[in-house]
Amino acid sequence: MTVERSDSLNQFELKISPHLHSGWTTKKVMWYVNLSLLPCVISAVIFFGWQQLFIIFTSIFFACGTEALIQKLSKRKISIDDGSAVLTGLLLALTLPPNFSLWATAIGSAFAIGIGKQVFGGLGFNIFNPALVGRAFLQAAFPVQITTWTMPNYSIDSVTLATPLAAFKFDKIITPLSSMLIGNVGGCIGETSGIAILLGGLFLIAVRIVNWRIPLSIIIGVFIFGGIFFLIDPMEYPSPIFHIFAGGFLLGAFFMATDYVTSPVTAKGMYIFGLGIALVLVIIRLFGGLPEGVMYAILFMNAFVPIINRYTLPEPFGLRK
Amino acid sequence: MRKKTFKGGVHPEEYKILTEDKSFEFFEPEQVVISTCQHKGKDAIPSVKKGDKVQIGSLVAKENGFFSVPVHSSVCGNVTAINNSLNFTGYLKNSVVIKSDSTKEKCYLEPLDFNTVTPEEIILRVKEAGIVGQGGAAFPTFIKLSPPADKKIDFVILNACECEPYLTRDYRLLLEKTDEVLSGLELIMRAVKVKKAFIGIEDNKPKAIEILIDRLKGNKSIEVIRLKTKYPQGAEKMLIKAITGREVPPGKLPMDVGVFVQNVGTALSIYDAVTKGVPSIYVFLTVSGLGIKEQKNLVVPVGTSIKDIIDYCGGLTSDAKRVVIGGPMMGLAQFDLNVPVNKATSGILVLSKSEIEEREETNCLRCGMCVDACPLNLIPTRLVRFVQLNRIEEAQQLNITLCMECGTCAFTCPANIPLVQWLKLGKQKAFSMKT
Repeated sequence: MTVERSDSLNQFELKISPHLHSGWTTKKVMWYVNLSLLPCVISAVIFFGWQQLFIIFTSIFFACGTEALIQKLSKRKISIDDGSAVLTGLLLALTLPPNFSLWATAIGSAFAIGIGKQVFGGLGFNIFNPALVGRAFLQAAFPVQITTWTMPNYSIDSVTLATPLAAFKFDKIITPLSSMLIGNVGGCIGETSGIAILLGGLFLIAVRIVNWRIPLSIIIGVFIFGGIFFLIDPMEYPSPIFHIFAGGFLLGAFFMATDYVTSPVTAKGMYIFGLGIALVLVIIRLFGGLPEGVMYAILFMNAFVPIINRYTLPEPFGLRK
Repeated sequence: MRKKTFKGGVHPEEYKILTEDKSFEFFEPEQVVISTCQHKGKDAIPSVKKGDKVQIGSLVAKENGFFSVPVHSSVCGNVTAINNSLNFTGYLKNSVVIKSDSTKEKCYLEPLDFNTVTPEEIILRVKEAGIVGQGGAAFPTFIKLSPPADKKIDFVILNACECEPYLTRDYRLLLEKTDEVLSGLELIMRAVKVKKAFIGIEDNKPKAIEILIDRLKGNKSIEVIRLKTKYPQGAEKMLIKAITGREVPPGKLPMDVGVFVQNVGTALSIYDAVTKGVPSIYVFLTVSGLGIKEQKNLVVPVGTSIKDIIDYCGGLTSDAKRVVIGGPMMGLAQFDLNVPVNKATSGILVLSKSEIEEREETNCLRCGMCVDACPLNLIPTRLVRFVQLNRIEEAQQLNITLCMECGTCAFTCPANIPLVQWLKLGKQKAFSMKT
């Protein structure tokens, strides 16, 4: 059957509803997260010197380069402008010690994107947080370098040449909370300043990019699991507050564990994921050989995300009991 | 006053300010194209032929069986053709084309007395007048009004949410026709023999809430419920949940949980049909969007083409990009402006470039925003993945057929995946597998 159609045909766009959109795009989300890491970059420069910018630039440059190269070789659209490779590079750099070797940074960054992300099919398909995959690789490949700490600027004399976690684990020295908030303590370049990380992290929660459930459940988990041991023996085990502000905890809780791709999509799943990270973290920190456990805790729980998603599907409307 | 809501949902920009202060204007075109498919169910059968003289309110198409309603002429004039014309759904439908003359002769039904009319008379009148639900689905109202004897109805809910952005039709009706709407609600309550009614209204309409509360002073049987402004608050299931706490199970109707929902526009139609004998021939609608020169609230005869309406509203702006019948969240985009409005049309939107910016689609980030937003607690991202892989059975196990295509998931998706499009496809495949 034919129909006489007016001239207006094709003048108007045909699309399926909804015709409105929130305005968020992948690109916008990624660049907002990059932006929210700016306070951490600034704290890195303040406490460890402007030379740390070389680490950051190297890491971002090789992350983007690797992504572009692999996309070119596999004849896919080059999408480094979406900001996700920049984010991986930036996050990796922030978890490296001050004055870390640049060529090792480059290798780690290329590994993060190549093995951590592109091997799985690129954005949205990776199982493990790419920045942490790169970090884990560097930890294995350069165990000495990656635990070589530099004295921060403006440090208090009593602070030893170690991180707060190592100082407690090996010498039972408690770093003052104020220093861990400000950031003039030993540690990875972007991890030392609690204030800088909270500034970015709370911003992301406020604009609803980061779901509050994950950071909150990790913090609650640390209070539960860390608190139990603290109550058993306060001399042997640190307080939950110390757990939260020492090492890479805050950066991990707000920026690594909340990575969209490698965290659960269901509300219940997010709580389980967060509590699981806290449990593994406390066990590694208290009983493992390493003083720090954030990275392995998150990577470990990343592996459980598919199964967590599967078993936490919400009951559809009208089928709930 | 209570303030209630449901879980999930989104907050799109409202754009109601464009038309919320504009009174209804009446506009009659020279010609109407009255589709025999004005409702859910079987198309009506034309009862007139080319050359016939019809008056405002004359029957032009008879109902076809039980699940169908009659259609009446909305103008006075001559039938110039009975042909297949494009319907807003994109299908060709048998239609009666009537050229209007200027005599405006009326042929209404016999008015009934408001105070003495019986439930049976109300239901019969609703059927004769061809009234359909004006909330969007265009379900024949008389069927809704006659639930099976074993279903006990506890409440009537008048849906005054109007949660779709842009639309201000129900709001203007509440302001301009308050008494008629409330009397219509009373007739509905009498027809289904229910003593208690709620009016569910979003709290972004304080003026309407004030007027309703004022009119209902001392009336214990009708209660105004202030609801949180959130899309899709006006979806039947969400509304029932927010007001009564009851959940309509998949595949069931509101009457299965003892509730009966009617739209503001339907209540007005019922009042007019019973007390004045007017069949369902006028459409109250909002014409809005930044792509049209003058945004208005209009009353037009059924069958007016959207082209005539747009011309009446000053025409399109130079950056008009998309024409939508209905609201922006669930409405259908149109390619041909000769499409007529029907009994259940609530709005015509002309959207411009600034309102519907193009955004690039990327891979799913598994951010879970769609999961958080879905009012029906589904997992849109996973359902869509299954549809993309043509694994329809797995999508069915995750209740894809429950989806009501409200669009909250696609609205919120940062990867800009056309989730609703995939869900519609998946549902269609799932339904065709069943049969």
